[in-house]
Amino acid sequence: MTGGRLLAVFLCLATVGLVVIGTLWPVPAAAAWAGGTGGFISSSSTPEGAVNNFANDLGHHAWQEAYSTLANKGEFTEQDFVRDMTGSYPGLRTYASLDNFEVRPLHASDNEAQVELRLHWSTVVGTFLDTRTLQVVKNGDHWAPVWPIVKEQHVPPQVIPVTYLRWDVIYRGPEDDWGAQDVEAPHVRIIDMHPVERAAGVVVLGELLNEDVVPAYVSVKATLLGKNGSPIATEDSFDKISHLLLPKQVTPFLITFPNVSLSDVDSIHMDPTSSLVAASADPVIEIQNQKLSPAPDAWFSGSLVNQSGQNVSIAHVLGTFYDQSGQLVWVADQYIDRALLPQTPVSFAIPVPEDLARKISTERAVVATYSPGGFQ
Amino acid sequence: MKHAFTFLIGVTVSAGALPALAQSGNLDLPKSIVAGSAFSIQSTSSAQGVLYIVGPGQVLKRDVQPGQPITIAAGDLDCAGHYLAVLTSGSSTETGEFDVVPGSQPATLSFLAKPSRLPVGLQSGISGAVYIFDAFQNLITAPTPVSFQLSIPSEATQSRTVVSRQGAAWTDMNSGSKDGNAKFVAQAGDVSATRVIQQVPGDPCGLKMSAKKVGEQIQLETDPLRDCSGNAVTDGTIVTFTESWNGGQTTVDVPLKHGIAQAEVPAYNGARISVATGVVMGNEIRWANQ
Repeated sequence: MTGGRLLAVFLCLATVGLVVIGTLWPVPAAAAWAGGTGGFISSSSTPEGAVNNFANDLGHHAWQEAYSTLANKGEFTEQDFVRDMTGSYPGLRTYASLDNFEVRPLHASDNEAQVELRLHWSTVVGTFLDTRTLQVVKNGDHWAPVWPIVKEQHVPPQVIPVTYLRWDVIYRGPEDDWGAQDVEAPHVRIIDMHPVERAAGVVVLGELLNEDVVPAYVSVKATLLGKNGSPIATEDSFDKISHLLLPKQVTPFLITFPNVSLSDVDSIHMDPTSSLVAASADPVIEIQNQKLSPAPDAWFSGSLVNQSGQNVSIAHVLGTFYDQSGQLVWVADQYIDRALLPQTPVSFAIPVPEDLARKISTERAVVATYSPGGFQ
Repeated sequence: MKHAFTFLIGVTVSAGALPALAQSGNLDLPKSIVAGSAFSIQSTSSAQGVLYIVGPGQVLKRDVQPGQPITIAAGDLDCAGHYLAVLTSGSSTETGEFDVVPGSQPATLSFLAKPSRLPVGLQSGISGAVYIFDAFQNLITAPTPVSFQLSIPSEATQSRTVVSRQGAAWTDMNSGSKDGNAKFVAQAGDVSATRVIQQVPGDPCGLKMSAKKVGEQIQLETDPLRDCSGNAVTDGTIVTFTESWNGGQTTVDVPLKHGIAQAEVPAYNGARISVATGVVMGNEIRWANQ
């Protein structure tokens, strides 16, 4: 009986002790869950502490609190600050939440410091990184960050006439006879396919052409077959493809098979699928200044210019890379976190694996766009 | 579902009749009856009874009066198949079997024409299959001639006549050289079914662009795009312009509008500009600023 009481007292004390330890020195995962990796209890008495607090406020979408801590509030309004964080027009940023952040001190003096803040925003299509280099200045007994605001350009009110083609579809009705004619699914063709082995597993790269005269919603599924002909794994391209293909348009695709070795694979069964969808040839996106910076630290960069009159909420850039013989080497992609406004360039930069970057001779980019209302 | 229910009733009735078959006689039945036609059965029974007719798609029940023929009216038995007739009267049972065959006159055609859209100039690219049914939706399995006709605007009509086998007839046709809607007609007897086959232009032939300077930009424009048969390539087709200069590149995918594609790219001295659509490459221009 006494032993039981002792055990109960011990468990209570241990619980209280662990709660105190967890609060004062939280593990990074717990801190991230609660809204930031910088820790809860930070003081603005150091540059890093001030930026930590600021980032924590961003994580909680406490824009007013975050704005109030800035040293350069006079340079822009709180609304400008919120627009910088969430975007002026609906885009990936609008619905993003802060997954975690990193604060890296670059240098510091008695009254001024420079800190790199890396914000990892979480979205439905993965995370995107927003890196800002902040000056932090000392104000009396505390430090305050100077926010390097990015002001989005505004498009003046205007009417832009657009006369691009649009396709609508009338399908067979449920009351029609089974032999009645229906609209034909678009004809698509894989024009290139190439498996490569990477550290994560087997990656199947390729290109798909819509060889029809109507728009197609496409997807590609691949099945790896073993030496005995039995399937090893089946995966599809998910979002590593431009799903909407207009007539004669080509999209790259990338299918990843984690934890599979290419030596186990005898053949690959490819299964491209397409369906006819209503679509518009608008918007047209020009991809300017595409450049591949060489390895190490290889990036494929450029800027997107929306040549149409419609705002594009989310743009997805897919880069296709070829070697000197024209063989497909790699496919990489990036979502653009801000809306594309008409005639307003937005830059992109896609990292390319260093070992592959050395083989790349030419590259090609395509852009998939998503706007409210789907394909219409 | 309906057939399953009918089958269940049939099995039940047949099973009920089996014990009595030992004392039974045979009904005087025609060997086959055309679906939907009227007929009568003569009964030798001297007592009141009930006649059951059980088949794959139908079950009929008729009360039988002594000495009177049993009449099945036109349209009562319309589902083709092999039928069992059981007449129970007091302790005696008479049975018989007969076939209900489809009518010989086609009433409806199920016409499968594929594809509904295809490029011009494809040999055997269009297939048509017809299933022939009588007025009661029974598949007519007797050999029946079916004519297929593919009418293409401003081209000779292609015709084929095929005799059906087991209720089906099929053929294939070539697509023409001009784009537009082709009429694909299948006819059996007095009945016909029509499908529309959209013939669309093939891959562009001789893709060519020109360039001129407009302000600080180069305006690129293709000649009107046509396929190798001279058909105008469909609007909306994507044309890709690529400008390469000094390690940099600009690309733009533009849809064809009124037969031509237009785009503007920055004017870089010495830039190489190429044009392509799908897997078809066009000409290349080396730009020199004036």
